[in-house]
Amino acid sequence: MKQFWKSMLRSPSGVIGLIILVLAISVAVFGPMLFPNSPWRMVQRPFLPPFTLSTVPLGTDALGRDVFAGMIFGARVSLLVGLVSTLVALVVGVPIGAMAGYFGGKTDDALMRFTEFFQTIPSFALAIVLVAILQPSIYSIVASIAVVSWPPVARLVRGEVLSLRTREYVQAAVVTGQSNTWIILREILPNALSPVIVLASLMVATAILLESSLAFLGLGDPNLISWGYMVGAGRTVIRQAWWITVFPGVAILISVLGLNLIGEGLNDALNPRLSREGR
Amino acid sequence: MLSFVAQRVVKGVIVLLAIVVLNFFLIRLAPGDPAVVMAGEAGASDQVFVKQLREKFGLDKPLPEQLFIYVKGVVALDLGFSFRQQAPVAKLIGERLPATLLLTLTAFAISLMLGVLFGTFAARFAGTFLDTAITVFALIFYAMPIFWVALMGILLFSVTMDWLPSFGYETVGANLTGFAHAVDVAKHLIMPAMTLGLFFMATYTRMTRASMLEVKRLDFVKTARAKGLSDAVIQRRHVLRNALLPVVTLAGVHAGTLIGGAVITETVFAWPGIGRLMYDALLQRDYNLLLGVFVTCSIMVLIFNLITDLVYRLVDPRIEFAS
Repeated sequence: MKQFWKSMLRSPSGVIGLIILVLAISVAVFGPMLFPNSPWRMVQRPFLPPFTLSTVPLGTDALGRDVFAGMIFGARVSLLVGLVSTLVALVVGVPIGAMAGYFGGKTDDALMRFTEFFQTIPSFALAIVLVAILQPSIYSIVASIAVVSWPPVARLVRGEVLSLRTREYVQAAVVTGQSNTWIILREILPNALSPVIVLASLMVATAILLESSLAFLGLGDPNLISWGYMVGAGRTVIRQAWWITVFPGVAILISVLGLNLIGEGLNDALNPRLSREGR
Repeated sequence: MLSFVAQRVVKGVIVLLAIVVLNFFLIRLAPGDPAVVMAGEAGASDQVFVKQLREKFGLDKPLPEQLFIYVKGVVALDLGFSFRQQAPVAKLIGERLPATLLLTLTAFAISLMLGVLFGTFAARFAGTFLDTAITVFALIFYAMPIFWVALMGILLFSVTMDWLPSFGYETVGANLTGFAHAVDVAKHLIMPAMTLGLFFMATYTRMTRASMLEVKRLDFVKTARAKGLSDAVIQRRHVLRNALLPVVTLAGVHAGTLIGGAVITETVFAWPGIGRLMYDALLQRDYNLLLGVFVTCSIMVLIFNLITDLVYRLVDPRIEFAS
């Protein structure tokens, strides 16, 4: 563990990514406590430019709502949707991949055809269709993002399990009569963890992009403000008020960038051999 | 070669059938009785009309039979009827398809060319300032949401500098023909294509760079160097050609993402393609049209995947077609 943090902190992208993530999480957790302004309330005249009033530092939108408050409350939605949908995708993808890799043969064939099928379907189009049909809510959004993002997890885990199940310690567990579930859970999966963690951090980034794109198209949860929604709402007035679209977009960019950098840092830290060879 | 293509086509058709079946069940997931929804969309909801619709679309028949009717319809290129637009879904999509193909293929070509170019440069000058600059830019482009890039493009090139038109496919009412028309369309195409291509350019840059650096260390490159080949020849003929393989694979994987990006890009730039059509269907909750576009997108991805598979085999002679 100590070794892990050491190499993580040695990679510059990892450090920058960690700083961004810690900042983003603090904003999401503590921000709404420090700035209790509701992002839905009209606080000033509409189209107030940024940096004119210290109480509304980033100006107001077309309805006089505080852009800064929206950014802070939006952080919650983006990070939460990103994390939860990735977790759900892992819960779906890891068992499918593990079973395919461990049991092989027909099980593997069937599960992998199923996975490939989901990989062929254009993911964003499927997400749009799912959210539209299930009606936009935080649950349908998380579910749709999870549905379109589990296949890479399954494929990755399958590959790892395939190579691990021939190892001697796994064979030993088989010989001692351990159950398949026990072997997969206790012997194989813990050793397949590091590439999954790297993939998961990148998936959170993709999920945030997906959520913001859905919200931009008007498929966000109508009760929750999110960065994508703000950009979408500011789109029609971009000629008069650039700040309504620019700031939330920067927030998305920075969070996604941070998570991608963390993914790189994790990759360097968890697969040191691979990363050194890759460079 | 032929048997390989046939095999892939058969596989594609099976996947396509599965997608159509999925589509069928998605329609039934939509809230409300489809006949009532359709009647509502058509603007009349009396009992007789609903009953008529139910009979017309076979909604009174058992589910397996309904599925059969639906699949038969799709095979005959009948994707249902859009009551909102008062036209068959297939016709609406057919009208919009060329614009989407123009946009996605242009974006794809730009991103692939620039991505491979920048990636090659970065790898060639690995560790220098140029490499760092390219890598940082690629990271940033990779993290930008497409809809935001589009809006920033409009803000910069249309609003501030007034260089490029911010929406549409051609200048409305200009009635240009021939070359002048092509120039007009090209002007309208630049910004959407660049917007859509930027993310993929970043991906290909990163991939090409990593892959070039990996191939460079392999033994056959050392052999080539020992033979006394010039650096340029080694880079081009030995390193780049092999380094491109994972890039081609990636391009195939990204076909779906490209289509998804087109939905966003077309929405922002009011580009008259199927992505914009999907957005309109979404706003009007026109489920028949929405799912019709969805099936069309899936077909496009299948075809694109087939093409990249073929290209992969052309670029890499080690893989035999027979397998």
